[in-house]
Amino acid sequence: MSAQPVLEIKNLNVEYGLGDQAVRAVRDVNLTLHRGEVLGLAGESGSGKSTLAYGLTRLLAPPGVITGGEVIYHPGQGESYDVLGLSDKGLRDFRWAQTAIVFQGAMNSLNPVHKISTQLTDVLAAHEPKMSAHSRNARAREMLKLVGIAADRMDAYPHQLSGGMRQRVMIGMALILQPQVVIMDEPTTALDVVMQRQILGQLIELRERLGFSVIFITHDLSLLVEFSNRIAIMYGGRIVEEAQAGALYRDSLHPYSAGLLGSFPALRGPRRELTGIPGSPPDLKGMPSGCSFHPRCPKAFDPCAGNIPVLGNPDTPDGATRSVACWLHPVKEPVA
Amino acid sequence: MTIPTSSVEQVIPGQGAMAQPDPTPAKAKRQRFRFVSNAKALTGIIVLGIYILFAIIGPWVAPYDPDARSRDLTQGPSSSHWLGTTHLGQDVLSQILDGTRTVMVVGLAAGAMATILSVLIGVTAGYLGGSWDDSLSALSNVFLVIPALPLVIIITAAAPSGGATLVALIIGFTSWAWNARVLRAQTLSLRRRDYIEASRATGEKTWRIVLFEILPNLTAIIASGFVGTVIFAVTSEITLAFIGIGSDTGWNWGTILFWAQSQQALAQGAWWWFVPAGLAIAFLGTALSLINFGIDEFVSPRLRSAGKTKVKTASGRTVRMRVGFTPVLSNSSAPHTHAKPIPTIATAAATPVNRSKEATE
Repeated sequence: MSAQPVLEIKNLNVEYGLGDQAVRAVRDVNLTLHRGEVLGLAGESGSGKSTLAYGLTRLLAPPGVITGGEVIYHPGQGESYDVLGLSDKGLRDFRWAQTAIVFQGAMNSLNPVHKISTQLTDVLAAHEPKMSAHSRNARAREMLKLVGIAADRMDAYPHQLSGGMRQRVMIGMALILQPQVVIMDEPTTALDVVMQRQILGQLIELRERLGFSVIFITHDLSLLVEFSNRIAIMYGGRIVEEAQAGALYRDSLHPYSAGLLGSFPALRGPRRELTGIPGSPPDLKGMPSGCSFHPRCPKAFDPCAGNIPVLGNPDTPDGATRSVACWLHPVKEPVA
Repeated sequence: MTIPTSSVEQVIPGQGAMAQPDPTPAKAKRQRFRFVSNAKALTGIIVLGIYILFAIIGPWVAPYDPDARSRDLTQGPSSSHWLGTTHLGQDVLSQILDGTRTVMVVGLAAGAMATILSVLIGVTAGYLGGSWDDSLSALSNVFLVIPALPLVIIITAAAPSGGATLVALIIGFTSWAWNARVLRAQTLSLRRRDYIEASRATGEKTWRIVLFEILPNLTAIIASGFVGTVIFAVTSEITLAFIGIGSDTGWNWGTILFWAQSQQALAQGAWWWFVPAGLAIAFLGTALSLINFGIDEFVSPRLRSAGKTKVKTASGRTVRMRVGFTPVLSNSSAPHTHAKPIPTIATAAATPVNRSKEATE
């Protein structure tokens, strides 16, 4: 995988509310998305996955505010810039053309009273006003074909399509301006597993053909292990572990990742007892002291309750390619 | 699946590391006064409060008898007559103060009456359906086409001693139909929602479903209907007085305008005669609309913002929070954590060291 970054998140902090009422939903997150890779973002409900994704695109609804950090975007050509410093107009231009989002429950985001074709060409009309109606239509047709929907479905209304097709239309719509980054927030949660596999396979194929990067948010870790390049695990608003998908699956360093991995069965191999993670996710308003996972951690020891572990490269043979925030694993080099 | 008991105990809320500070009484207080903390609602309430205050004390604080004539004919505002005088030397300020009561009483009474009728008829028709719906809808359709103003003119002409109460009654009785239709439509939509179906399935009584599940969701519509009817009633009453019909017993803003019009105040340049009454009407309408906006935001969680809506961004500008453009309060990339790692770890456990770098940041 090329090491060229396309999106660098530096110490991003997101809060809901202001002043002493604020809830810190994302805390000092550092994350780098490289060109052409699929970065999986996993964690329990309320761990800050979606908040992170919407925060970096500045799509959070009030009372969400970004209280610190940088999101550096490196376009293919031209200078890099901080997304958080963009003007309203700059932000409008940046969205969709550079970074597209497929929302949670995206298949219900289609407007029921407009044809698929109208909704697909709408984006082109807004972002590339010079394009002729004919070429807009041609692009929309091509996009539909790309996501595996026959072009004669252009004139269909959303209710005439199945859930999977609608989802694919949404993915096609996200890709229509050929963005560098596509953020997918649980895009397949409402679909059955066969459809999930089909769509994800298609997505990977498209990524190879078009060369965009994907941030894939889900709580289905098994899905990520299957098809992402790197996985970042979030807990209580922080990233607790980040590694290549295979490495994370084979030997996860953080007890929380281990807990997540231990909570779904392997397809092959000997039968083993499934272990969950005891307790429930922390309340972001009253986080435990020290490592936020320590009250639930089976391996917690003395320093865990007192000090927050810092994300950094661990002392393992493959330590240079991964990072973890856990007192069990000495950090050689903290991540920026 | 085995769960170590120690870790279970540790995550019981209210104990150990998960202990939460008790919610302070200050927070509860803030919740209770949230409606008032909305700037629009607060402005509306203050202005309406001033009107109600003058409706009560107006006739007493009026500097002159509104009917009393004096030698100052058609005088502009002065220290003895703050808002000038009419062609008969009557004090305009006293007339306005004296007229506030009738206007407010008619407006609020008619508004309340129309609102009660529209809720009763609209929600019943919408929720019960069937022949109830048919007959009540037919009734509202009939009332919808009854023109209120001509009816009021006819009836007040027939009973000139009826006064403000009669006017309020007639306006209230003829202006409920439109709100009833709106409420019926919304109730029809609400009664098919899953939470209403669920409460019906769990055997809740019809009256309970209507009162506790449906009505709270109609608050915004009911409130806007009330405000709209009050404005309509006030303007109707003023219109009646302006064209010279209605109670000839007391003053109201319409009567002032009637005299101003008939004495050609505009041609005389006597702006103080009609401008104050016009402004009084305009401000009353504005206050009621502001309260309506406030109610909308208060009952609809989507429109409600948590406390402050304006924030100062990194670039030093003050922006309003809005969907799609999350404000950036600071875009320094320095770590933000308020719980910095402590440089040295006192415990003797086999813990990693080499953290001095980030600890000193």
